[in-house]
Amino acid sequence: MSARKRTLDTHPLTYCIDAARGPLDLKDYEAVGGYAGLRKAIRELTPLDVQAQVKQANLRGRGGAGFPTGIKWGLVPMGDAHDGGPKYVVCNADEMEPGTFKDRLLMEQAPHLMVESMIASGYAVGASTGYIFLRGEYIESARNLNKALAQARAAGLLGDNILGSGWSYDCFVHTGAGRYICGEETALINSLEGRRANPRAKPPFPAISGVWGRPTVVNNVETLCNVPAIVLNGGEWFRGLSQGKSKDGGTKLYGCSGRANTPGCWELPFGTTSREILEVHAGGMRGGKKLKAWLPGGASTDFLLPEHLDLPMDFDTISKAGSRMGTGLITVVAEDQSMVSAVRNLEEFFSRESCGWCTPCRDGLPWSVRILKAIERGEGRPGDIEKLMRLTRDLGPGRTFCAHAPGAMEPLQSAIKFFRSEFESGIRASASAVTA
Amino acid sequence: MQNQTVIKLADLGKAPPFELSDAERDQITEEMHHYPDPRAASIGALKIVQKHRGWVPDAAIPVVARLIGSDGADLEGVATFYSLIFRQPVGRHVITVCDSISCHLTGYDELRDALQARLGISLGQTTDDQRFTLLPICCLGACDRGPTMMIDEDLHGDVTPEQLDRILGSYT
Repeated sequence: MSARKRTLDTHPLTYCIDAARGPLDLKDYEAVGGYAGLRKAIRELTPLDVQAQVKQANLRGRGGAGFPTGIKWGLVPMGDAHDGGPKYVVCNADEMEPGTFKDRLLMEQAPHLMVESMIASGYAVGASTGYIFLRGEYIESARNLNKALAQARAAGLLGDNILGSGWSYDCFVHTGAGRYICGEETALINSLEGRRANPRAKPPFPAISGVWGRPTVVNNVETLCNVPAIVLNGGEWFRGLSQGKSKDGGTKLYGCSGRANTPGCWELPFGTTSREILEVHAGGMRGGKKLKAWLPGGASTDFLLPEHLDLPMDFDTISKAGSRMGTGLITVVAEDQSMVSAVRNLEEFFSRESCGWCTPCRDGLPWSVRILKAIERGEGRPGDIEKLMRLTRDLGPGRTFCAHAPGAMEPLQSAIKFFRSEFESGIRASASAVTA
Repeated sequence: MQNQTVIKLADLGKAPPFELSDAERDQITEEMHHYPDPRAASIGALKIVQKHRGWVPDAAIPVVARLIGSDGADLEGVATFYSLIFRQPVGRHVITVCDSISCHLTGYDELRDALQARLGISLGQTTDDQRFTLLPICCLGACDRGPTMMIDEDLHGDVTPEQLDRILGSYT
């Protein structure tokens, strides 16, 4: 993290984090400003006031899609439109996007921020229960969150009539048992209900009919963790945090992995360039190697090139460059590493993690892996690259039930676009050579 | 290798030869209270059985299903869907080695090869002494410390083949 002292006003996500010290307990978290946002929300604001602040902040989803949180929340029936039954807040803490390691930091090191965020967000939509859908492998996150939840419950911040408001709400950690597809919000809802994690058709959207058919908001960990500070300092303040680097507001947990000197995750102004992330914070490429390509934010984003390093890392700019910001944690490939192998690795991942619900994804992804493995061995056949290109169309947006396969096609299509010669060198000159 | 189960006609209709321990039953019941529909505890219940027994035997499925108000076929579908619910016996320690992109770029191949050579098994197998099962897993979310693996509930990062003897030695 930066040498500058991090406070709630400058670093709303990491102000209470010191990894060497470990997570703060309730009392110490409150001493640095924790639960002040929640107290303000409950004592001074109506749920719709909280929603209005989040809308004004233009908080966009940090799970990868960048959907405006205020608009998502605005779909939840409130007041006269609400039938009086239960509503739910579900935190998508199923962090499994390859190359992404930001939500782990928040949950392990700032569990009370996560709990405060779950309560404040529950208040904003009038929820009765919150669930933190946590991947099963995050053992320390589960331990720290459960401890924080117990402390909050004992302090009357969870349970009946919270802070005398008349509003009652509880929150639980729900742990998973593998499968990347659980991170898709409707698959996550099925999984939370105890079913196979197949996605559901939309509409209806979860905000209208989610868990057990009830109104449900599903938000990423980092997204929700912005809420307490937005409530405390206001939407205008949040927009200013990006220091003019992006038209989007706030800070972002950016990061870098792969062959960099000092890989890590840092809270920086929204719109920081990937050059700053790689060269300043991650110390540049290891062993003096040159950067060959990079993924902006996870396995399901298109590769970009060194020439794109000076673009601000925000949703709209990275989209215009032909990729997606995704989770905002970049993965760097060095000049001496094979793009064919990297893409084969990515497609093996997507192939294994397909839920099998729809045919293009279930059959198309293993097909792409077979072709890529052949090219990697130098046994590709003429026409294989064209076949892969055709798969990127047939498994693309609109051809499948959910975004899993289209996401898988993003690194494949961009790797072929930028590094076609590497693929070509894995093709045998003629079909007859295969049997030679 | 699949064991063949012989079903004797005289045994049909009798109670299944599987009983949840009191501890398993209590923990599953506690989990059920977190949800308006106890079926939501499906995965949690399977994980509790697995925690106590190392894996989830077939005979556990109808018993757990009855407890959480689901049915055997549905719970079987759930149990076979999730990769971290083990339906065959595993070793005393389960090694899950991350094979996703960041670890691929920082030394997964070397780590996997060293693990396989050191243990004398391939991915998906268990050592003859039942000490270790070796499985691949997708991104462990510790990409700044690649290559990574977990052994049981412990995360190991920046793992080099040279460290394996020391690391594995602490799991007996």
